[in-house]
Amino acid sequence: MNIHEYQGKELFRSAGVKVQEGVHCKSVEEALAAYDSLGSKVVAVKSQIHAGGRGKGNLYCPNSGDLLMEGGVKIAFSRDEVETYSENILGHILVTKQTGPAGKLVSNIYVEAGCEIAHEYYLALLVDREEKQVLIMASTEGGMDIEEVAEETPEAIHKIWVNPSTGLLDSQKEDLGISLDLSGAALEDFVDMIGCLYDLFVSNDCSMVEINPLVRTKSDEIVALDAKVGFDENASFRHKEWEDLRDYSEEEPTETRANEVGLSYVKLDGDIGCLVNGAGLAMATMDVIKLYGGEPANFLDIGGGADEAKVQEAFEIILEDPNVKGILVNIFGGIQRCDIVAKAVLAASEKMGLQVPLVIRLSGTMFEEGRAIIDSSDLDCTSVDTLAEGAEAIVGLIGGGK
Amino acid sequence: MAIWVQEDSKLLIQGITGSQGRFHGEKMVEYGTNLVGGVTPGKGGRNIELAGNEFPVFNTMMEAINQTDADASVIYVPPPFAAAAIMEATDAFHQIKGEGVIVCITEGIPTLDMVKAVAYVNEREGIRLIGPNCPGIITPGDNGGCKIGIMPGHIHAKGRIGIVSKSGTLTYEAVAQTMSIGEGQSTCIGIGGDPVNGTGFIDCLSAFETDPQTVAVVMIGEIGGTAEEDASEWAADNMSKPIVGFVAGSTAPPGKRMGHAGAIISGGKGTAVEKFAAFEAAGIHIARDPSEIGAVLKVALEESGLL
Repeated sequence: MNIHEYQGKELFRSAGVKVQEGVHCKSVEEALAAYDSLGSKVVAVKSQIHAGGRGKGNLYCPNSGDLLMEGGVKIAFSRDEVETYSENILGHILVTKQTGPAGKLVSNIYVEAGCEIAHEYYLALLVDREEKQVLIMASTEGGMDIEEVAEETPEAIHKIWVNPSTGLLDSQKEDLGISLDLSGAALEDFVDMIGCLYDLFVSNDCSMVEINPLVRTKSDEIVALDAKVGFDENASFRHKEWEDLRDYSEEEPTETRANEVGLSYVKLDGDIGCLVNGAGLAMATMDVIKLYGGEPANFLDIGGGADEAKVQEAFEIILEDPNVKGILVNIFGGIQRCDIVAKAVLAASEKMGLQVPLVIRLSGTMFEEGRAIIDSSDLDCTSVDTLAEGAEAIVGLIGGGK
Repeated sequence: MAIWVQEDSKLLIQGITGSQGRFHGEKMVEYGTNLVGGVTPGKGGRNIELAGNEFPVFNTMMEAINQTDADASVIYVPPPFAAAAIMEATDAFHQIKGEGVIVCITEGIPTLDMVKAVAYVNEREGIRLIGPNCPGIITPGDNGGCKIGIMPGHIHAKGRIGIVSKSGTLTYEAVAQTMSIGEGQSTCIGIGGDPVNGTGFIDCLSAFETDPQTVAVVMIGEIGGTAEEDASEWAADNMSKPIVGFVAGSTAPPGKRMGHAGAIISGGKGTAVEKFAAFEAAGIHIARDPSEIGAVLKVALEESGLL
C-alpha cells in the first residue's frame, strides 16, 4: 500500500526527519492560502499521485485531452504562479513514465516552502530479498532516475545492510554519510536523520521509503524534499492508522472489492477472463493463454479452500468486465474441492446469465464430482483435462489465436 | 533416501488445536505421516483426536520435543504469531537436538517479522526453515509417506524426481506431469512465494544433487527477486543431474503484486524473460507451458541415459 508525499512527510516530521514546511491542498483557494501562510517567496507546487516521475510528467485536460502544462511539480516564484500551476494541476490528468498512457487524475496538491539547495542526494530503504535484510541505498546523484544511475555509474550508489539482531550501527550511519562526501554539521545531521528514518521504516512496517532528492541546504542541513513511502500490507493487522491514509481513488475499484472478500485480482487489458486457484497457477494460466495467441483479461487467485460464495463472487467479478469475451476456469484442487467450484460456477452463470464461451479444467481433489456436476447441468461449456487444452479451446472459441 | 524428511520422520504441529491445524493434521495422519503430537500454548496436557488416533498437546515446543523426540514441526499459526512460533521451534530444536526441520505454511506474515525470524534461524546451525507461505514438503513412501503441509497426498508416488517450487498449485501440476510419464517423486518442496523466506532454490538443488534417490529435478519459479537467476548460476557450476525449469508470470504487468507477496516486477527487475534466459544459459531444460513439463522431463531423462 502506498501513500501520498504529503502523508509521508507528516510521518517524517513526527519521526524527526527534517522536511520543509508544507500544506496539503485540494483547491486553488487552499493553495493560495497556503502560499500566504508559508511566508516563503518561492514554493513548490506538487501534484500528489501514487506514481513516480511527476516532475517530468505532463498534465492533460480529461475532457479535451489537450496538453495543459509540462511538469507535475512546479516551482512558483509568485502568488500568481501558484494560482496558475494549481489550476493546471487540480482536476486534471497527470501522465508520467510510471502511470501508463491513461495517467492519473490529480485531486491533491502539496504546497511546500522552497529551500536553498547546495547538493541533491538519493536515499532509499527497502527489504533486500536476497540478503533478507533491510538495505539502505544512497547516492550523490540525487534528482535522477536511480535505475539510470545504477546502469551507468553503479559505483555512485552506496549500500549498507542492517543486521536485524544488532540494528543500524552508528558506524554504518557515519560510513554512509562519509561515502556521500558529507562532513561537519551536514554529516552530523545526516547521521541523526538516517537513524530516525530507519526507526520509522521498522516501526511503520514499511516496504519502501524513497527520498529523491534528499538535499543538503546552503546552511548544511539535511532535508527530505521528497517522500515516497510504501507499507507492507501483511502488517496491516497492527496498523489500524493505515485506513486513514489509504486513498481508494488510487486503486482499481474491482481489485479493492476482490480484496475485501479474500480474492486476489489484478485487472489486465485482454479479453479472456481467468478463474484459478493459487497465485503461481493463476500466472501460468495467463502465460499459457498468451502462448496460444490469446490475451488474459485478469489475474485471479481464489486462494485455497474457497467456499461457494467466494467462488461465485470471483466469477461475477470476471463477468462484469465488459472486455471479457470468454472465460477459462483452471482448478488444480489441493485444499480446494473441485465440486465446490463447479457448483459456484453454475450458480453464478444462472444468476448473471452467461453470454460468453466457458472452458473448465478441473483436476485434483474431487474432480470427478465436479465434472459430474457440470456435465449433468444445462451449462454451455467445454470441459478439458489440461491447462494447455483449456487455453487452446478458449482462444479458439473466441475466434482468436495463431 | 529423499531429502530432509524421511518416511518415518516424527512430526509436531504448532497450532494443532486450531481449525487449520486440525484439518490438515487429519490429512497428514491419513497419508501416513508419523505425527507425534502438537503444541498450542495454554492447551497442554490434553489429547486431540485426529483421524481416529489420539495425539498429545503440549504448551511449548521445548516440552513437546523433550517428550516426543520429534524431527520436524509444521506451523499453522495465524500471521501475527507465526514468526514467534518459528523462533520458538528454532530455539527448541537447536537446544535439544541440534537439528530440526521447521515448515511454516502461514500466509501473510509481515516481511520485517520474517527478516527477524530468518536471521534467528540462520544464526543456529542445523535448523532448516521451509516457507513461509508454502504448501510444505512431502516425501512419498512405500506405504503413504511423510507429508508435511497442505498438498493433496493422493497425487504423489515414490520415485526419483525431485521437485522445488515457489508456488503451491504449480507444484501439484508438476507432480501430475511427472506421473504422466510414469515417474514418481523423491521429495517435493514448496519454498513459498514470500519475499523473505527460509530454504531457497540453491539449498534444494544442492540437497537433490547429493541425494542418491533423486536423478533429476523440476524447478518452478515465478516473477520477483533474483532467486531463479542465482540458482541457475549455481546449477551451471554444481549440478550434474538434469533440471527442468518453468517460470510463472511472463504476462504479469510490472509493478503489480500477483497474489504472492513476492511476485512483483519492481524497477524492471525480476521478469520471467530474465529468469528463462538464466535457465537457458545454465543448460536447464525449459518448459514454456506447465503442461509440457512431463514431455521436457522425458527428453532430459533420455539425454542423460536415464530412460
